[in-house]
Amino acid sequence: MKLTQGCFSFLPELTDDQITKQVQYCLANGWAVNIEFTDDPHPRNTYWEMWGLPMFDLQDAAGVMMELAECRRVYGDRYIRVSGFDSSHGWESVRISFIVNRPPQEAEFELVRQEVGGRAIRYTTVRKPAAHAAQ
Amino acid sequence: MLDVPHPTTDEPGETSFDLRKEAEAAGITDTLQQLDQELIGLKPVKNGVRQIASLLLIERIRQRAGLASAPPTLHMSFTGNPGTGKTTVALRMAKILHGLGFVRRGQVISVTRDDLVGQYIGHTAPKTKEILKKAMGGVLFIDEAYYLHRPDNERDYGQESIEILLQVMENQREDLVVILAGYGERMTSFFASNPGFRSRIAHHIEFPDYAEAELLVIAELMLKERGYRFSAAAREAFEKYIELRRSQPFFSNARSIRNAVDRIRLRQADRLVSDLDRMLDVADLETIDPADVLASRVFSGGADARSANP
Ligand SMILES: Nc1ncnc2c1ncn2[C@@H]1O[C@H](COP(=O)(O)OP(=O)(O)OP(=O)(O)O)[C@@H](O)[C@H]1O
Ligand SMILES: [Mg+2]
Repeated sequence: MKLTQGCFSFLPELTDDQITKQVQYCLANGWAVNIEFTDDPHPRNTYWEMWGLPMFDLQDAAGVMMELAECRRVYGDRYIRVSGFDSSHGWESVRISFIVNRPPQEAEFELVRQEVGGRAIRYTTVRKPAAHAAQ
Repeated sequence: MLDVPHPTTDEPGETSFDLRKEAEAAGITDTLQQLDQELIGLKPVKNGVRQIASLLLIERIRQRAGLASAPPTLHMSFTGNPGTGKTTVALRMAKILHGLGFVRRGQVISVTRDDLVGQYIGHTAPKTKEILKKAMGGVLFIDEAYYLHRPDNERDYGQESIEILLQVMENQREDLVVILAGYGERMTSFFASNPGFRSRIAHHIEFPDYAEAELLVIAELMLKERGYRFSAAAREAFEKYIELRRSQPFFSNARSIRNAVDRIRLRQADRLVSDLDRMLDVADLETIDPADVLASRVFSGGADARSANP
């Protein structure tokens, strides 16, 4: 199951050239570029781990790509995403975020429905255990 | 779209080129002319810069003509005594490289050992990489590069930084240009003990010391930029000043002249203010008198106190 989170996730995987262009776009807008990784890509997990510090003082995307290569070398078996944070007044939030690396075996989720009082339904997104997902 | 057009080989077919137009479009004509006018003397440096600019221009045209071309190695070394204009020329060089599309952004990141090398194990690599990231797309200027290498200490962290630099200089030649700068002899022995650097550097430019006449012209240029001028007698006094100052310790060429000019302004202002009961005219405000020059400690034997600082 292909995880779809953030921008571009319904498109084919971005090539490194395409990632470079997106990063350059972020830098040109003065956004801080972050690299984050996780082995817990649950959609409610907003807090991925940071790879290094936010990069807000670079001129060129090659610097970010250097860090990305290093992050992939260490955490190639996890999800890695790149995000651009706009610190300008009134925005102060992430403007762009997209996945740049996936584990060989993607995480799988399923929807669990629980009937509660008055036939109301409670929905829960549950991650399937890895062994189960492999089948 | 956001990228400066990068030299590519996939546009063959062009068969004739208007060289003047090409040079002007890349902005080299302007930059070289500026270099000529704003920097006094430095003949060999100007020649060296012009040669590199020509090579790059021709290289770019050759690419467009579809001729065989290898991406040129652009890393350089600038050697010369303090205050001979190395940093100033490095800034111009970045402009030329950017104009021709050999670096994408054209910023200059100027560093010394302290910016690259850490204090404890595991500190150096992130520090060096942080700087490299900032320099990507531009020029990394490493002043007094020989401090990176401490021959007396095998376990010095500088070596780690050197290895990272060498790797990036080789593998990411399209992403940044490294300029190493320092004083002549020490650079020579640095290169001798670090053949890796030597072989990655294509262009060596030497910055000669300035002649006394050149230093005088530099002083007049600096005064003019600040809206002052020497009186005839003050000019003579300053010639004397240069002659004496050059033989005193801590002389650093154009930088010493800049410091001297700043102190002369100070003394001139002091002289004007010491007599509050007179009417000043514009000429008074502009003119440097011999007294402003002659009050310098250089004439009483010692170098000016502050000129010891760079
Ligand atoms: N040829 C010149 N004409 C006019 N001004 C000059 C010239 N050369 C140097 N200067 C001036 O002298 C000052 C010192 O120059 P610069 O910082 O480039 O020297 P440097 O070689 O980098 O010195 P250091 O090795 O000590 O770092 C600057 O203010 C610069 O503008
Ligand atoms: Mg300098």
